[in-house]
Amino acid sequence: MKRFLEGSRAVAEAIKLCKPGVISAYPITPQTHIVQNLAQFVADGELNSQFVNVESEHSAASVVLGAIATGVRAFTATSSQGLLLMGEVIYNIAGMRLPLVLTCANRAVSAPINIWNDHQDSLAMRDTGWIQFYAENNQEALDLHIQAYKLAENKEIMLPVMVCIDGYILTHGHEPVDIPEQEKVDQFLPPYSTSYKLDPSHPITMGYLADPTCYMETRVDIQNALDRALKLIPQIAKDFKHTFGRDTGGLVETYRLEDAQYALIAQGSLAGTIKQVVDDLREKGKKVGALRVITYRPFPKEAIYQALKDVPNIGVVEKAISLGAYGPLFTEIKGIFQNRPENPKINGFVAGLGGRDISQETIIEVFTKLEGAQKDLEFIDIKKELLNGFIRF
Amino acid sequence: MKELKIYARAGQGAITSAAILGQALFLEGKYAYGFPNFGAARMGAPMNAFLRFDDKPVRSRSQIYHPDYILIIDPSLIKSLDCFAGFKEGGTAIINVKQGSEIPTLNKQKVITISAEEIALQTIGKPFANTPLLGAFARVSGEVRLESLLQAITMHFSGKRKEALDKNLEAVRKGYEAV
Repeated sequence: MKRFLEGSRAVAEAIKLCKPGVISAYPITPQTHIVQNLAQFVADGELNSQFVNVESEHSAASVVLGAIATGVRAFTATSSQGLLLMGEVIYNIAGMRLPLVLTCANRAVSAPINIWNDHQDSLAMRDTGWIQFYAENNQEALDLHIQAYKLAENKEIMLPVMVCIDGYILTHGHEPVDIPEQEKVDQFLPPYSTSYKLDPSHPITMGYLADPTCYMETRVDIQNALDRALKLIPQIAKDFKHTFGRDTGGLVETYRLEDAQYALIAQGSLAGTIKQVVDDLREKGKKVGALRVITYRPFPKEAIYQALKDVPNIGVVEKAISLGAYGPLFTEIKGIFQNRPENPKINGFVAGLGGRDISQETIIEVFTKLEGAQKDLEFIDIKKELLNGFIRF
Repeated sequence: MKELKIYARAGQGAITSAAILGQALFLEGKYAYGFPNFGAARMGAPMNAFLRFDDKPVRSRSQIYHPDYILIIDPSLIKSLDCFAGFKEGGTAIINVKQGSEIPTLNKQKVITISAEEIALQTIGKPFANTPLLGAFARVSGEVRLESLLQAITMHFSGKRKEALDKNLEAVRKGYEAV
């Protein structure tokens, strides 16, 4: 049924359909509405789940780790400092191969304190072994959560998934969303069932000591599972389309790249703005296109290469920076073209940190910059008068 | 595509207004995307809510810089902010006014004033100027039918007291009739 919903509500509806047995979270802006809605569903008897209130995100992550270790589907959500506080447990969840789903309502990180949107929080968790999806709109935010459980719980994968949705832009943005029927979700996503669980009648240990004779293999195993996920993610998107009739998820989305001379790469809701600009510029005869990276981990390098190999001028626009180096996605896009016959010009742009709005005019300007000199890193919409202005040493 | 920008202070119902208006348009088969831009996250701080709407899906996620419509819930913001920056030619502003409010004169856009707060006090009993403003928007813009707006309000108040719903429906109707 189609409804006009806030993104947080859409995510909560998705989680309700997936029927987790345990939910635990600590409130943090802009994630709060998600678990607030879920707490209401539980209180109203619409969702049969145990909602565990805790005193911190570290505890929330630990509770859901414990729950899923006993073979119960679980859910948590957080943002920014909350995700950072979970950090230690985040590594453990992946290391123990527990198929948790977590929503990251993307927000900047401190200091200085900032509650607005960028991708620095989830990017800090890039190397943890978690799968990461980035949603463009509320519909996809809903759909990706259902796909996330399906993927995480696959016996060939058994890894946690972080579904990243832009804080405020999606969490607090209202738009039409189609909510699937429970029956169809049940058919697509059967109950979580595993023999790999903490059960007193069949005792096992998780996260035990792995000394130098065997630790490294645990990491290779995760790497191999993520490689398998690269093949499984498009298959799950296809099955999802078959069941629900909607084309969402997958590794990447290409937009008007056929014959494109200039292309921008982005993640999350920014891709929507870029698509709008692409259409406007195409009307004026400019050969422009876009590529949206939906799955960031595992990194879909072959899919990106195939999509971009005929585009001579590429720009990566990202809401994160590896301070002291480049935008993280830029570095990886550059790496894709190493030892390939094509040698496109690739420009790196960092924009929208701490919620600075990325307007359509800015995107047009970025497309124009692709015609100029190659630059590894260019900050967009910077107020030069504010530089060196915050702290006097 | 049409774009609406709402000026208010946090707590005056700007996001709710954008959501209800988006819901009303959605009921008419249109696509809408309503979203906020907060300043400091506390009551009384100036903030905006935005609504884009179209016959086809809305994709742009940037803030709105060239609105077709401007709703000003709190007229005290006109003095401190440039509420009409980027206002499209031929656009329409609907402003809640109180006694002594300075009403701007614009050459290329229409300005409609309404004592929305007074209507809200008479109907709801609280100074929720946003509710009558929605009715005024329906009448002045012709973008959304009054019936759709009333239905959206009814959906918003589902599960709440019937009395509160009736008062808000009355506030919307009075706002519609006042312009």
